[in-house]
Amino acid sequence: MDWITTVDHKKIAVLYLIAGGFFFGIGGIEAILIRIQLMKPMNDFVSAQVFNELITMHGTTMIFLGVMPIIFALMNAVVPLQIGARDVAFPFVNALGFWTFLFGGLLLNLSWLMGGAPDAGWTSYTPLSGSEYSGTHGVDFYTIGLQIAGLGTLIGGINFLATIITMRAPGMSYMRMPMFTWTTFITSAIILFAFPAITVGLVLLTFDRILGANFFDVAGGGNPVLWQHIFWIFGHPEVYILILPAFGIISEVIPTFARKRLFGYSSMVFATILIAFLGFMVWAHHMFTTGLGTVANALFSISTMLIAVPTGIKIFNWLFTMWGGQIRFTAANLFAVGFVPTFVMGGVTGVMLASAPADFQFHDTYFVVAHFHYVIVGGLVLGLFSGLHYWWPKMFGRVLSETLGKWTFWTFMIGFQLTFFVQHFLGLMGMQRRIVTYLPNQDFDLLNLVSSVGAFLMGVGVIMFLVNIVITTRKPVDAPNDPWEDGRTLEWSIPSPPPEYNFKQTPLVRGIDAYWKEKMAGHTEMTPAEPVGSIHMPSATPLPFVMSVGIFIAGLGLMFSKDDFGNAFMNGLFNNYIVVIIGLLITFGAMALRSLYDDHGWHIEPEDQDEKGVRT
Amino acid sequence: MTTPHAEPVNGKLPHEPEKATLEGRNKLVGFWLFLGGETVLFGTLFATFLALRGQTNDGPTANELFHLPLVAAATFILLVSSLTSVFAIQAMHKGKRNALALWLGITVVLGLGFLGLEIYEFYEYVKHKEFGMTTSAFSSAFYTLVGFHGAHVAFGIMWIGLIIGQLFRKGLTVVTAPKVYVSAMYWHFIDVVWVFIFTVVYLLGKVG
Ligand code: HEM
Ligand SMILES: [Cu+2]
Repeated sequence: MDWITTVDHKKIAVLYLIAGGFFFGIGGIEAILIRIQLMKPMNDFVSAQVFNELITMHGTTMIFLGVMPIIFALMNAVVPLQIGARDVAFPFVNALGFWTFLFGGLLLNLSWLMGGAPDAGWTSYTPLSGSEYSGTHGVDFYTIGLQIAGLGTLIGGINFLATIITMRAPGMSYMRMPMFTWTTFITSAIILFAFPAITVGLVLLTFDRILGANFFDVAGGGNPVLWQHIFWIFGHPEVYILILPAFGIISEVIPTFARKRLFGYSSMVFATILIAFLGFMVWAHHMFTTGLGTVANALFSISTMLIAVPTGIKIFNWLFTMWGGQIRFTAANLFAVGFVPTFVMGGVTGVMLASAPADFQFHDTYFVVAHFHYVIVGGLVLGLFSGLHYWWPKMFGRVLSETLGKWTFWTFMIGFQLTFFVQHFLGLMGMQRRIVTYLPNQDFDLLNLVSSVGAFLMGVGVIMFLVNIVITTRKPVDAPNDPWEDGRTLEWSIPSPPPEYNFKQTPLVRGIDAYWKEKMAGHTEMTPAEPVGSIHMPSATPLPFVMSVGIFIAGLGLMFSKDDFGNAFMNGLFNNYIVVIIGLLITFGAMALRSLYDDHGWHIEPEDQDEKGVRT
Repeated sequence: MTTPHAEPVNGKLPHEPEKATLEGRNKLVGFWLFLGGETVLFGTLFATFLALRGQTNDGPTANELFHLPLVAAATFILLVSSLTSVFAIQAMHKGKRNALALWLGITVVLGLGFLGLEIYEFYEYVKHKEFGMTTSAFSSAFYTLVGFHGAHVAFGIMWIGLIIGQLFRKGLTVVTAPKVYVSAMYWHFIDVVWVFIFTVVYLLGKVG
C-alpha cells in the first residue's frame, strides 16, 4: 500500500527501477528469441508473424519501457539530492508520471495475451501499420499503450525541469550544477519538445485505424511519408533523450574515480545544449531513401555530421579527465571507461550513415542495427550499469559486490562486442534487417552464429547483475554517506539511503563539486544555509494510481470499440464507448477530488529528524 | 513547538498571491513549461493540416464548406472571453473574490457559447454537407485540429468551473490564487491557438 500511495521521489525511483528492470527483462527475452531464430539459416524456430511481433516489441519495449524508466529511476533518485532539494517540484505529478508509464507499458504487453502483438516495427511505418496490412489489434496496443506511457514521460520531464529551475539550494547557480543534473535538465527539455509530436502522431494513427480517418491512407488523400516525418521529428531527439543521461552519468563517475574534477566543465555544458539543439534539426537523416531530393538530403546530411563536433568535445573531456588522474577501476568505473570507445565507434558509424549516398547502401541492413546498438547498448546501457553500481549504495544503503560487478562488466562487454561487432560486416555484405531468415552459404551463417552466442553471453551478464542485487539485498544497510570516499557532489554529503526529507538543513553551495570543495577545506559536512526547523512534506495519496487505472480502462475501451464480441452485453459496453466513458470518469473524478480537497501535507519536527534512511 | 508555516497568512493577501509561495511559483513555472509542450502539439497538428489541406478526395473543399460569419462570431466570443479572464485576474490582484468569481463565470459562459457554435458547425457539416472524419485526408485533418482545440476549450470550461467552486469553498488564498492564474494562462493560450486556426484553416481555406 505504501508503495502505491507514495509521492517520495526516492521511492518512486525504486518503483521506476523495478518496473524498468521488469520490462528490460521482457525485452531481453525477446532479443534472445530473435537471436535464436537467426542463429542458423532457414530456421523455423518462430513463424514470420511472430518474428515481426518479436522485433517490434523488442525495440518498443527496450526504448520506451526498459531504458527510459531506468534513466528516470536514476534521475529521481539522484537529481533532487544533487541540487540540495528536499523534494521535487510536483511530488503528486511525479507519482502520476510513474503510474501512467507503468499502465501504458502493461497495456502494450497485454497484446501478447490478447490476440497478437504489434508487428509493424518499432517505427510503425505506414501503410504497414495501417489496418490493411496489420489486421490484429497489435498496432492499436502500440498506439494506445505508448500514448499512455508517453504521457507519463512527458509529465515526468516537466517535473524535472521545474524542480531544477526552482528548487536548487542557495549558491547552486546553473554553472555549478553537477553534470548529471545538467543532462537531466536538457533531456527533460528535449522530452518536452519531442514527445508532443509523437503524441500527435499516435493520435493520427489511432484515428486512421479506429475511426477510419485518412491521414496516412493514400486512397483517401493521405500521405504515408507524413508519418515518417512526425515519427522522426520525435524519434531522432529521442535518441538524445537516451544518450544524454548516459553522458551525465559518465561525467560523474569518471571524475570521482580519477580523483580529478571534470575537465572542461563549461564546454561540457555547452556541448550538451548544442547536441540537444542540433538533435531537432536532423530527423530526415532517417529518410534519405524516401526520395526527399538531393538538396534536402545534403542539408540533413551536413547538419547530422555537425553533431559529431560537440560529441567529440565530450569524448576528449573525459579522456583529459582521466589523464594523469589516480584512476580506480571499480565496477562502476569499468563500465564508464568501457563506454567511451564503444560509444565512439557508434558515433563513427553514425557519421558514415549520415552521408546520404552511403546510406542508400547501408539503409535497412544490419549495418544500421549494429550502429544503433553500439550507441544504445554500448553507450546507454553501459552508462546505466555504471550509474547503478555507482549510486546503488546511495539508493539502498548497501554497496554492490565489486567482484560480481566486474564479472558482470566483462561478460556483458565481451558478449556485446561479439553480438554487434560482426553485424557491421553482415550489413556490409548485404544482410537486410527485419528478415525472419536467410539462405545458407551466403557468408551469413558463421557471423550470425557468433552474434547469437554473444547475445547469450550478454544475457549471462545481466543475470550476474541480478544475482549481485539479490546477494547485496541480504547485507545490512550500513553504507557510509560517501562509500567511494571521493564523492564530489551533494548526494554524498547525506546518509545512505537518505532520510525522507533528504537534507536536515538545506546546504550552502560554494562551488562546482560542492561537497568536494568542503572536504578540501577540511570540513566533513556541508555548511547549512538555514537553521534546523520543522520540515514540510507532501502527503501520500492513491489518486495518481487511480487516475492511471482510469486511463488504462479508457484505452482498452477505445481499442475494442469497433469489435464484435458475439455477445450483446459486451458489444453494448464497448461499441457505445461505455468502457471509455467509465475509464475517463474514474480519471476525471480523481482529478476533481484532488482539486477540491487540498493536500496540506505534514511536518517532520526537529526532534524526529535523526533517523537514518527510508526503508526500501 | 509551533512551527513557521509555508503560507504567509496574516489575514491579508500579498500583492501577487499567485507567486507568494514556493508551491505557487512552481505551479507557474511548470505551467509555462506545459504550454511549451502544448505549442509543439498544436504545431504538429497545424503542420499535418497544412500538408493535407488540399487532399479533398472529391469531397467538399474548404471554400465550399466554411461560412465565415459564423466563424467570425465564434472568434469574437472567444476573444472577449480572454478579455474577461484578464478582468478576473485584475479583480484577484485587488483581492476581490466575488468580482473574480463573476468574471470567471462570464468567461465560462462565453466559452460555452463558443463551444456551442462549434458543435453546431460540425453538425451542419456532417449532416448537410456529407463531410465527416472519413471523407478525405482534409476532413480528417480539419476535425482533428479544430476538434483538439474544441476539446481544450471544453477542458478549460470544466477546469475554470471547478476553480470557481473552490473560490467559494475556500476563498481567495495563496493556495487558490496560483490555480486561478494558471487557468487564465491556459485560457489565453487556447485563444491564441484559435487565432491561428482562424487564419490558417478558415481564412486560408476561403481565399488561399
Ligand atoms: C554522431 C552521432 C550520430 C549520427 C551521425 C547518427 C546517424 C544515424 C543515421 C544517419 C541513421 C539512419 C540510418 C538508416 O536508417 O539508414 C541512424 C539510425 C539510428 N541511430 Fe544514429 N546517429 C548518431 C548517434 C546516435 C545515438 C546517440 C543514438 C542513440 C542513443 C542513435 C540511435 C539510432 C537508432 C535507434 C537508429 C535506427 C533507427 C531505426 O531505423 O530503427 N544514434 N543514426
Ligand atoms: Cu537520427
